[in-house]
Amino acid sequence: MGWIGDSVESIRSLQIRHLLTQIISLGMIVTSALIIWKGLMCITGSESPVVVVLSGSMEPGFKRGDILFLHMNKDPIRAGEIVVFHVDGREIPIVHRVIKVHERQDTGEVDILTKGDNNFGDDRLLYAHGQLWLQQHHIMGRAVGFLPYVGWVTIIMTEKPIIKYLLIGALGLLVITSKD
Amino acid sequence: MHSFGYRANALVTFAVTILAVMCSLASLSDNFNVPTPTADVKVLNINWFQKQPNGNDEVSLTLNISADLSSMFTWNTKQVFVFVAAEYETAQNALNQVSLWDGIIPSKEHAKFWIHTTNKYRFIDQGSNLRGKDFNLTLHWHVMPKTGKMFADKIVMTGYRLPEEYR
Repeated sequence: MGWIGDSVESIRSLQIRHLLTQIISLGMIVTSALIIWKGLMCITGSESPVVVVLSGSMEPGFKRGDILFLHMNKDPIRAGEIVVFHVDGREIPIVHRVIKVHERQDTGEVDILTKGDNNFGDDRLLYAHGQLWLQQHHIMGRAVGFLPYVGWVTIIMTEKPIIKYLLIGALGLLVITSKD
Repeated sequence: MHSFGYRANALVTFAVTILAVMCSLASLSDNFNVPTPTADVKVLNINWFQKQPNGNDEVSLTLNISADLSSMFTWNTKQVFVFVAAEYETAQNALNQVSLWDGIIPSKEHAKFWIHTTNKYRFIDQGSNLRGKDFNLTLHWHVMPKTGKMFADKIVMTGYRLPEEYR
């Protein structure tokens, strides 16, 4: 009876190995995505190298669902640049254009005023109560590149989470069951 | 090996790769275009010039802006954002950039324009330094592509001066 036990054992070990391989390949996909994201953070110097446009305030230049590539370096902010900034008390960062800059003579600190191309007035209404200017530390990055439509993927996923779970489930199933 | 899923995966991967390559090529092709824009801005009138109650100088100008930006348009250009900013130095600030007027040029046909306007955004200084101040008017442009890298540059026009007295 020994050979039956041996073959059962070998099948079981094969399945375990197969399962382990699948888990590892799944892990590889997740970690490589993480590596790409963190690598982009290092190269661009911005804490979020890619942002999705969520509002129409920069239309017709940027529409909802477009993707912007950000870059952050030591160069001072100048009028006309499109910057991504966060305002105290607001969770979601805003992508707007700089229309006024005042740079101090002694400290080099900047006061920045922004406006959305499609908005009627400047952004002082969006800033924290009583805030007149943005400072350097509000700025997360400046937009350097543009890719249309791709951001819809994330917009759909955040607004319809069921699609996200379906997609993750289907992909996971595919990885687990694939035999190559 | 030749399952439906495998083929679908190969097809989608190939399609996305080609799309990415074409987007990159479209963006790179912009580098071959060397724009030769021309611009002229005249200050026709100082409408009023006063000190606000909080101590900041404010001035209202009438501007005549003419420019030909048609050489900026390539097949990958969605629009050109153009604006005129007053730029000057004060004792407190090494650089002040105050946008006075801006516009969006949607196509090459509209890129040669002429406009007579008062300043669209308020020309307010941080402090009271504008009397007799020399300033530059700079025409900036920001080329927004259909896809890829954005370009920006400017033409600096010098020799403008605000009056010595409030009016």
